[in-house]
Amino acid sequence: MNVLDVAENSVAAGSTLTCITVAIDTAAHRLTVTIADNGRGMDAQTVQRVTDPFYTTRTTRKVGLGLPLFREAAEATGGGLTIRSQPGQGTTVEATFTLGHIDLAPLGDLSGTVISLIQCNPQLDFVYRVWSDGEEFTLDTRELREILEGVSLSTPQVAVFLRQYLQEHTENLLKRSTQI
Amino acid sequence: MKSLEELAAIRDRMKGIVNMREADPNNIRVVVGMATCGIAAGARPVLNAFTEEVARRELNNVTVTQTGCIGICQYEPVVEVFQPGKEKVTYVKMTPEKVQRVIGEHLVGGTPVAEYTIGAAQR
Repeated sequence: MNVLDVAENSVAAGSTLTCITVAIDTAAHRLTVTIADNGRGMDAQTVQRVTDPFYTTRTTRKVGLGLPLFREAAEATGGGLTIRSQPGQGTTVEATFTLGHIDLAPLGDLSGTVISLIQCNPQLDFVYRVWSDGEEFTLDTRELREILEGVSLSTPQVAVFLRQYLQEHTENLLKRSTQI
Repeated sequence: MKSLEELAAIRDRMKGIVNMREADPNNIRVVVGMATCGIAAGARPVLNAFTEEVARRELNNVTVTQTGCIGICQYEPVVEVFQPGKEKVTYVKMTPEKVQRVIGEHLVGGTPVAEYTIGAAQR
């Protein structure tokens, strides 16, 4: 799934704290992926246009496929995408998917996605939360920063550790998304 | 299972070194193209390979980072190596296997791996 694309939008929007939440509710057959930021937000008119593939804020090209593809992926499973945004307040993108649906795309290497985000934007904060049938794991770069005492989150040794740490702690939780 | 206590140990090991890295005039920057085109072509394993190998060899003058689309999507995964006082080297169609040689011969040895560069690919 192209969570990275969507989260990069948050980074580009000047977000200093981006929260990525993956919630798996096997009883309800529901998977929810939420990306919430405190970036510059969008007005209502822009929100309506962002899932149009031919709308983008980029000036280098005329297509922007991050959100349109995310919406497609969600809708293909009978779910959908909602965007809440307020100028100056930030944006929340929430995609719901139906677990067990034949068209559900695999979650992919989410740990890798989150680690690349952190490693490549070491000055920004991210909260990554995985919730799975009541069990929860949270990684918060603000806590990591406290432990690191000034050592950068982009230090290769730190990134390697975090990747393994994330993988170990979320593997079993995320596995449930494919076990229906 | 890994715990955050290990992170504190890494911090203690890295503390002195990191300050050196920032100020080091020989600081090498490895930039991996991580736009959709790069990721689709397999940039993430390449970024991971660089990160892991740089950490393993404790190359403390090397920073690994990412950028967006460089504009040559047909050559992805693309990796650029910036070294102060030297011309930028652009590697194309990178794989984790190629990373080993780039690190050994270029980042450590100082000689770019010519056959992996964009110059060789365009010929």
